[in-house]
Amino acid sequence: MFSGLDFAVAGGEALAVTGRNGSGKTSLLRLVAGLLAPGGGSIAIEGGDAELTLPEQAHYLGHRDAQKPALSVMENLEFWRDFLGGEAADSADCLDRVGLAHALDLPAAYLSAGQRRRLALARLLAVRRPIWLLDEPTTALDASGQTMFAGLMRDHLDRGGLIIAATHGPLGIAASELRIGGAS
Amino acid sequence: MTALGALIRRDIRIALRVGGGALIGVLFFLTVVVLMPFAVGPDLALLTRLGPAILWLGALLASLLTLDRLFMADHEDGSLDLILTSRTPLELTCAAKALAHWIAAGLPLVIATPALGLLLNLDMVATGAVALTLLAGTPALTFTGMIGAALAVTLHRGGLLLAVLVLPLSIPVLIFGVAASQAAITGPLTFGAPFSILCALSLVSFVIGPFAAAASLRHGLD
Repeated sequence: MFSGLDFAVAGGEALAVTGRNGSGKTSLLRLVAGLLAPGGGSIAIEGGDAELTLPEQAHYLGHRDAQKPALSVMENLEFWRDFLGGEAADSADCLDRVGLAHALDLPAAYLSAGQRRRLALARLLAVRRPIWLLDEPTTALDASGQTMFAGLMRDHLDRGGLIIAATHGPLGIAASELRIGGAS
Repeated sequence: MTALGALIRRDIRIALRVGGGALIGVLFFLTVVVLMPFAVGPDLALLTRLGPAILWLGALLASLLTLDRLFMADHEDGSLDLILTSRTPLELTCAAKALAHWIAAGLPLVIATPALGLLLNLDMVATGAVALTLLAGTPALTFTGMIGAALAVTLHRGGLLLAVLVLPLSIPVLIFGVAASQAAITGPLTFGAPFSILCALSLVSFVIGPFAAAASLRHGLD
C-alpha cells in the first residue's frame, strides 16, 4: 500500500493524515490500531503504560460506529465504558458534552447519522485513553457538531493526549499534516 | 471481569429484544417438534421411539440458525474492531460471547423441552432424560459452532459455510445425546456411559472452541 513512511507524533500534538481516496489513510490508522499487520517496519510507543500495548492505550474510531440499534443510547455507551475498562467518566455527562443529553433512553436505531457519530465520539470521553485514532471523524457532523468536536480534541491535547486523524476537511485544530500517496 | 460481564449482559439483552435471535431459535424448535407428529402420523409407539431424536435434531438446527450472527453482527457494525484491540484476552471474550449466546438461545430450548415432550408422547422420565442431555449437550453445539462463526466472518462467507463446517463437528454430540436419551427410555445401555461422553464433548469444546475462534479472528484481521 505504501512504503518509506516515517513519522512521529508527541503527546499534546495532532497529526492530520491526508491524501486522496484510496491512498491508504484508513489502512495507516488500522496499522497503528493493531488491526492490520505491517508488511515491514515497526510502530512503537515511548512512555505510556508499559504493561499495555499501543492499541490498548488507543481509541480507534472507524467509519462504523460500533453501536447496536436495539440498545438505547445510554446502554450503548455504558457497554463500551465497561468493556474497554480503565479510567471511566460519568456517561450522562459525556453524552451531555456531545449534545445527546436529550436522547439517553432512545434506541440507537432512531438516531440520525450525525447523532450516531456524536454517540461514537462520546465513547472517546467515557474512557480516558491517551491516543485517539480517528478515521474521518467529522463525517456527518453538522457545523455546531464540528465546533463541539474541535473543542473536545483541544481538551484532549491540552491534557497531553495525542491525535492521529485521517481527514479530508479541516479538523478545526492546529495539526501537522502527513500527506500520503501521490499528489492528487 | 467487568468487561466480560458487560459483554454477556449486552449480548443477552440484544438477543431478547425485538428482532433478536433468541426467539427465532425457540420458534423454529417449536415448529419442527409440533409439526413432526402430524408428519409421522398417530402411531404413539413410533412417536415415543422417535421423540428424543426429533427433539435433538430440532435443537441442533435451531442452534445453528442463529449461530452465524455470533460474530457477524459485531463485524458489520465495527464492534469487532474494538473487541479485537481491547485489553481483555480475545479467548475470554469469545468464551463470554458463546456463553451469552447459549443462555439466550440454548437454554430456552432446554426449558421448552418438557412441554414439547408431551406432543411426542414421552413420559416424565423420558422427557427429563432428553432435557438433561440437551442441558449437557447444547453448550457443545454453541462452543464448536463458534469456530465456524468466526471462520464465516474472516472468510466473508455467510451461513451456508457455517452449516458445512459445523455440522460434522456436531454429529458426535447428536449421537451421544440421542443415545443417552434412548438409554434412559428403553435401554439396554445404561444412561451413564453415553451421558458421560456427552459431558466430555462439552468440556472439550469449552477448551478448544474459544481458542480456535480467537485464532481465526486474529488471523483474519483485515
